[in-house]
Amino acid sequence: MKDLIIKIENPVLDIKNLSISYNKGKYAVTNVNAGVKKNSVTAIMGPSGCGKSTLLRAINRMHELYPNIEVKGKIFLNNNDIFLMSSIEIRRKIGMVFQRPNPFPTMSIYDNVIAGYKLNGIRLKKNKKDEIVEKSLKDVVLWNEVKNSLKKKGTFLSGGQQQRLCIARALAFKPDVILLDEPTSALDPIATKKVEQLLIKLKENYTILLVTHNMSQAARMSDYSMFMYLGELVEYGKTKKLFINPVDKRTEEYLTGKFS
Amino acid sequence: MSEKITKIILFIASFIIVIISAGMVLSLMSGAAPAFKEFGFKFIISTEWNPTEGKEQYGALQFIAGTIITSIIAIIICLPLAFSTSLFIGEYFRGTKLAKIIGTMVDMLAGIPSIVYGLWGFYVLRPLIVDLGFNAQGFGIITAGIILAIMIIPYATSISTEIIKMVSNELKEAAYSLGATQKDVIMAVVIPEARSGIFTSYILAFGRAIGETMAVTMLIGNTNIIPKSIFDTGNTMASVIANQFGEADGLKLSSLIAIGLILFVITGLINGLGKIMIKQFN
Ligand SMILES: Nc1ncnc2c1ncn2[C@@H]1O[C@H](COP(=O)(O)OP(=O)(O)O)[C@@H](O)[C@H]1O
Ligand SMILES: [Mg+2]
Repeated sequence: MKDLIIKIENPVLDIKNLSISYNKGKYAVTNVNAGVKKNSVTAIMGPSGCGKSTLLRAINRMHELYPNIEVKGKIFLNNNDIFLMSSIEIRRKIGMVFQRPNPFPTMSIYDNVIAGYKLNGIRLKKNKKDEIVEKSLKDVVLWNEVKNSLKKKGTFLSGGQQQRLCIARALAFKPDVILLDEPTSALDPIATKKVEQLLIKLKENYTILLVTHNMSQAARMSDYSMFMYLGELVEYGKTKKLFINPVDKRTEEYLTGKFS
Repeated sequence: MSEKITKIILFIASFIIVIISAGMVLSLMSGAAPAFKEFGFKFIISTEWNPTEGKEQYGALQFIAGTIITSIIAIIICLPLAFSTSLFIGEYFRGTKLAKIIGTMVDMLAGIPSIVYGLWGFYVLRPLIVDLGFNAQGFGIITAGIILAIMIIPYATSISTEIIKMVSNELKEAAYSLGATQKDVIMAVVIPEARSGIFTSYILAFGRAIGETMAVTMLIGNTNIIPKSIFDTGNTMASVIANQFGEADGLKLSSLIAIGLILFVITGLINGLGKIMIKQFN
């Protein structure tokens, strides 16, 4: 057991005995225990349907959008129980990026970046907004491409640019953690590479938790990797160690492509 | 081989529909021709309706006005109710039992035949209008407008609910992930996304109100003058045709057909516009 799940000292996120079921008695995530290292990229891998998205979405409490879902266990963000905070606060501290780029089509690029503030009814001075927009777009290396068309709709951008815009939107609140659910699966290889490089750079200031069912992506860019199977966190360790020397048979089989 | 036969059958079927519609337009046009020949463009802007032999004079303006006023009353009443109900069923309480029950009721209401609304209006709404002191018999523009509103609310609600349900889940989730509350999501995502579709549903509902006949004929009071207030009696294009067609011949018949043609064109345009807008929304 000790060899299977690495113990993270001073984790930003600490997941304790987490189980999640959509329908009573049927668990999509079973008793997951894991800490997430600050300023690192942690990948969550596993075959389709193994519970990666379900786990990820509990971390910013997006699961609460489903009426019948049941969650047992605890999640701590910097030692604070997220289930005791307001969902609004938790979602500002833990940003999320989705599988398909989803900028708000009725908003300009500029408004998309500060959408979090607008949605929450937070009023900012114009120069403060400008500053946030510029900083966030620079963080995602999109500023030079769009600085002259900030008033245009975000949906005019290419898929890769849209996804980077969505990352900028998630960064605008300066969250502690960014959750990404297969953020490159709808992108072409060049756009994928850009997003990957970007995420590696972003870990200097943020903690990144990345769901991917692309093993090579996890190998390329993550510091730590989790392998999930049938709702269970099977193995979790430093990415290098996990890929070179997996302990569990199922991890090994997955990594060698025996199932996917 | 069988594919060829299917193709031929489909082709013939659609051809028949084209023939029927073309035939309808042509016969309406030839029926309306004498009236247009006699009165020309004045037919549309005159409020004269005089069937006295020798002094026959017909104009459609009061009916066009009656139609537009009743439909506008209907849409004004319909708008807030249909809007809130569709948000309620389509988003706020989406997936709950309550929403399902109300949704089913709305769909049921949308399917009730016009004559039933007319009867209800006659026995319930009309006396209410009398009690409220709006007018002595309870017949009139306002009564017809209200019954039209009641008839188009389920229709508009049903379409806008579907439109609201179509707003992509991904966008709503994006907003929630930024800390938005359900109210924020409705205001900032659902309504802006669904706006043009919801608007279209009102256009379609308006088109329906314009052509609605039976219930209106029973409640509008059937007078052929231009209404001076919404408490006056009047006639719509549809109701004057239904009311006078039986005993009409000659120039009067032709004038009624001409009104039918105008109605055909107006509803056709409005529905066409609605359909195009719905397509753009998709
Ligand atoms: N909204 C939902 N309602 C019911 N079951 C769901 C729902 N979403 C996911 N599941 C089920 O939960 C399990 C895990 O799904 P998910 O977390 O999406 O897996 P992954 O992201 O690893 O592909 C699957 O068996 C899936 O069918
Ligand atoms: Mg998933």
